[in-house]
Amino acid sequence: MTHTHKQILVVLPHPDDEAFGASGSLAIHVYNGAKVTYACLTLGQMGRNMGVPPFANRVTLPAIRLEELKASCKAIGIEDLRLLGFHDKMIEFEEPQLLDGKISELIQELRPSLIITFYPGYSVHPDHDATGAAVVRVVAAMPKEERPIVQCMAFAKNTVEDIGRPDTIVDVRGFLKNKIDSIRAHRSQFQAPELMGKNKLSDKELEDRFGMERFWTYRFND
Amino acid sequence: MELINKSDIQARIDALRNQDLYIHLEMTNGAYAAHFDSNKHPASIVITNTKVRFGHGAISGEGPYRIGLKMELGWIYTEGLTHYEEQDTERLIMAGHDGQGKLVVALQLSKQPF
Repeated sequence: MTHTHKQILVVLPHPDDEAFGASGSLAIHVYNGAKVTYACLTLGQMGRNMGVPPFANRVTLPAIRLEELKASCKAIGIEDLRLLGFHDKMIEFEEPQLLDGKISELIQELRPSLIITFYPGYSVHPDHDATGAAVVRVVAAMPKEERPIVQCMAFAKNTVEDIGRPDTIVDVRGFLKNKIDSIRAHRSQFQAPELMGKNKLSDKELEDRFGMERFWTYRFND
Repeated sequence: MELINKSDIQARIDALRNQDLYIHLEMTNGAYAAHFDSNKHPASIVITNTKVRFGHGAISGEGPYRIGLKMELGWIYTEGLTHYEEQDTERLIMAGHDGQGKLVVALQLSKQPF
């Protein structure tokens, strides 16, 4: 990572969106002295994973996922968690002014030099795409010289074909403990037995599977 | 039924904002789902002729389409819509049909009960 950032803003729709794709990089930023604010748009209240056997229900799931999210933030070193109060699965239908306004307020308040979000159109879940699209709209409307860098996660099948390879690849092998703890924190959502204490993977296997994180820097047209 | 025209649907959603409407919302994977494929878990829902009112709504996707209607305290959501009744200008009748033409999902709104 070439930049050192003082303030980073993470904008993602669901508790656990940070875990696989960004938790290691965020732990590195925190280690390097950055203050990280995580704006999580929803409580993931429409999630279908309820634990195996199910320990959550539709009523209890949001509170359970909030606690999981707090534990994940702690594992990463994120001290400023903002809950934006939108409803899971509905981000794409929200009035753009409402969504953009909340994100814009955060940018004005925090003046981040880096924003991490999803790449609009290449992030599979409609909430991911709509969240990234809102961030891009808000940042594009800022004067060019005031814009933070926007780094996006993407995992649609046609990503590399359409927008090329990720320009930022972060080696997080030195921060795997933070990352695995972040993933494990979301215990209602991820039941991967190799992460949950059964069939433990060797350090080498963990590094191969989780050691690199990939980001595409969003390029604005002007 | 015609294939969904996204901008036409959006205009019809906008015209139905802020008024009492009757909804018919349905989803099913068919009563024979488990008979034909034991891996399938048959499930369905129907809400019919219940009053709703929404202040904002949108259609999204590139087809099949998704619709979200924002009410005072909650949401109505439908995924998988493919067709609508273009000729019916009083009511908004939409459905999603699978590869065999069977109805999988329906979302209908009307000022009068169905």
